[in-house]
Amino acid sequence: MAHTPKTGAQVVVQALIDQGVEVVFGYPGGAVLPIYDELFHRKDKIRHVLVRQEGGALHAAEGYARSSGKVGVALVTSGPGATNAVTGLADAMMDSIPLVCLTGQVPSFLIGTDAFQEADTTGITRACTKHGALARDPGRLAETIHEAFYLAKAGRPGPVVVDIPKDVQFAHAPYMGPKDYTPRRSYRPRTEPDPAAIEQAVAMMAEARRPVLYTGGGIINAGPGASAALCALAGKTGFPVTSTLMGLGAYPASGRAWLGMLGMHGTYEANKAMYGCDLMIAVGARFDDRVTGRVDAFSPGSRKIHIDIDPSSINKNVHVDLPIVADAGSALEALVAAWGGRAAPNLAPWWAEIEAWRAKDCLAYRPSDTIIKPQYALERLREALKGRDDVFITTEVGQHQMWAAQFLPFEQPNRWMTSGGLGTMGYGLPAAIGTQMAHPGALVIDVAGEASILMNIQEMSTAVQYRLPVKIFILNNQWMGMVRQWQELLHGERYSESYTESLPDFVKLAEAYGGVGLRAETPAELDGVITEMLKTDRVTIVDVCVDQKENCFPMIPSGKAHNEMILAADAAMFDKGLV
Amino acid sequence: MATSGGNGGKSVYGTGPGGQPLATHTLAVLVDNEPGVLARVTGLFSGRGYNIDSLAVAETDAGQHLSRITLVCTGTPAVIEQIKAQLERLVPVRRVADLTMEGPFVERELALVKIAATGEHRIEALRVADIFRARVVDSTLASFVFEVTGSADKVMAFLDLMRPLGMVEISRTGRAALARGTVCFCEDRTT
Repeated sequence: MAHTPKTGAQVVVQALIDQGVEVVFGYPGGAVLPIYDELFHRKDKIRHVLVRQEGGALHAAEGYARSSGKVGVALVTSGPGATNAVTGLADAMMDSIPLVCLTGQVPSFLIGTDAFQEADTTGITRACTKHGALARDPGRLAETIHEAFYLAKAGRPGPVVVDIPKDVQFAHAPYMGPKDYTPRRSYRPRTEPDPAAIEQAVAMMAEARRPVLYTGGGIINAGPGASAALCALAGKTGFPVTSTLMGLGAYPASGRAWLGMLGMHGTYEANKAMYGCDLMIAVGARFDDRVTGRVDAFSPGSRKIHIDIDPSSINKNVHVDLPIVADAGSALEALVAAWGGRAAPNLAPWWAEIEAWRAKDCLAYRPSDTIIKPQYALERLREALKGRDDVFITTEVGQHQMWAAQFLPFEQPNRWMTSGGLGTMGYGLPAAIGTQMAHPGALVIDVAGEASILMNIQEMSTAVQYRLPVKIFILNNQWMGMVRQWQELLHGERYSESYTESLPDFVKLAEAYGGVGLRAETPAELDGVITEMLKTDRVTIVDVCVDQKENCFPMIPSGKAHNEMILAADAAMFDKGLV
Repeated sequence: MATSGGNGGKSVYGTGPGGQPLATHTLAVLVDNEPGVLARVTGLFSGRGYNIDSLAVAETDAGQHLSRITLVCTGTPAVIEQIKAQLERLVPVRRVADLTMEGPFVERELALVKIAATGEHRIEALRVADIFRARVVDSTLASFVFEVTGSADKVMAFLDLMRPLGMVEISRTGRAALARGTVCFCEDRTT
């Protein structure tokens, strides 16, 4: 017999099931108990992952969404449950991750009375969500949930909050299925490109002699078809491809046209190509300040085409010559089709320039026999992962994140989960948990720093509970490395509060949580430890004790242009007396 | 005021983009009339550092749950373009029309003005009100409340003349605006 929901809580859970939700990440509390009660009854249809702090639930849902292409779902209680969720919502907003966050709320008749665990959730989250609704009317609850899923996915994806008062969860509520939901008239984003603009783009591309494809997270969000179309376009045209942090994997790192990541810690060849190009084709990227550097000196000689599903991204930071508002996949496919059988233009002189930049070997570092260089640790990890196509990488935020982006090869989309826009330390471990939930048999590695990992270390306990064999690869330099780097280079070597004088023994900590702890202190120990890590089927922390003084290069100092990039060898160029 | 881009002085951090001329625009924003929509609109302005000069909101079509927000804002051309794009991006916003760009339009605001006066001031207030076609909507032996409508300039001029005549309290609305002629921004932006 079909399940007929009768109460608000039953409607919520049925709507999740009908939306195809398999996993919910959450934490119970007074104002969501009716929904938790219903989850108890529907265990066979929907899994719940109990995190250790609500912040973890949001990042886990993000990792799940980013790695699977589905909507991530979090369920938290009112008041502190909702406020703990705020960082994850802001993170998902910045990186355009589709999330639905259900929050419990005090009963309708107590709203506004400063009731126990009351917070103005829709008010607090308004600026960091795509949309939010306080579901006061049981009659519209099902529609509100289905709408949240529609809004999370449609157009530029993002987080949506549905705040549900406890009395609404108990109330009699009618049900409607997802098929009966009609998207609201005010939000029907355009996804198909204007054919005339595509023709114009192809004409500009055919004339270009120094083109570059500047790709971003929008391609990942548009699905695997968009990545395939990008590869097809790069293949047909011979155009070089660079990517933002969020777009890594859309074009394979082993591909012929790959320049590496661009931006503040991007490769020399990518940034020089951006600076010197005559045609820039931005696809699903938003000209973030970490990408552009100084805006008035950004790629001064190029015409720019900008493909983005969000019209507000067009001309926001950089003026473009040809905007194309469309889904990245649809636009790339249209470009491939419109390019048709044209021969690739002669880009040999341009590629020769690029090869000369590439010859600088900008990621080179000074190796050591006695001390583990963080780059070396990642090179050994990369070597150990060679040939595997079941690897998912998450990161925390800081130097280790940039090194991971520089040194690990991403061959496929949806394999790289990182906090790009908001830069949330503590993202990586819960995101790895969400990723592992979406891909149970896969190898999920959180490349971490010792400072970041402590921000959500409690989720070790979650990983143990659900037997998620997440691997945490800590590049431990005892410093907030990126903060230390800026203090060294830009703040006169005054290391204000960036050294952690007391750290846990990460090996014992892993064991205390019920996982495996490993440590490498010398380069000679590294391979053995990585092999051991890959062998275990339990959550594992690898404490890699790395060079405390290593800096992340290349680097475009904040407020400088792409052609003012500093390589490791030129670090002395920083005026250390400046503040 | 123009600021130099790049690294002026001793700072290693950029100083932000240079200045461009400012312009004032009147926007008509058609929104679904639902809780929180006004907060989303005004929050967008405060959150992104834009200025609202004037704001007027009311439901204009109860059957369709449609409200019209008339919003006056000042910014560089790039900022105005961003404001419109960011407003369009809000889920409950159906349509944003830039009346300043779309052609000629009329705009009006309303003020209620209380004059507490006797004798000559009282008579002078009535004379000024007559010139401005302000109506008396409340009267006692010692006071008047005038209602004046018009452009912001007209209302300002009225207030300036009334101030020395015993003006004790004013209440002003934001601006309401419509395009001249048959042009109409009521239809949905989607088809």
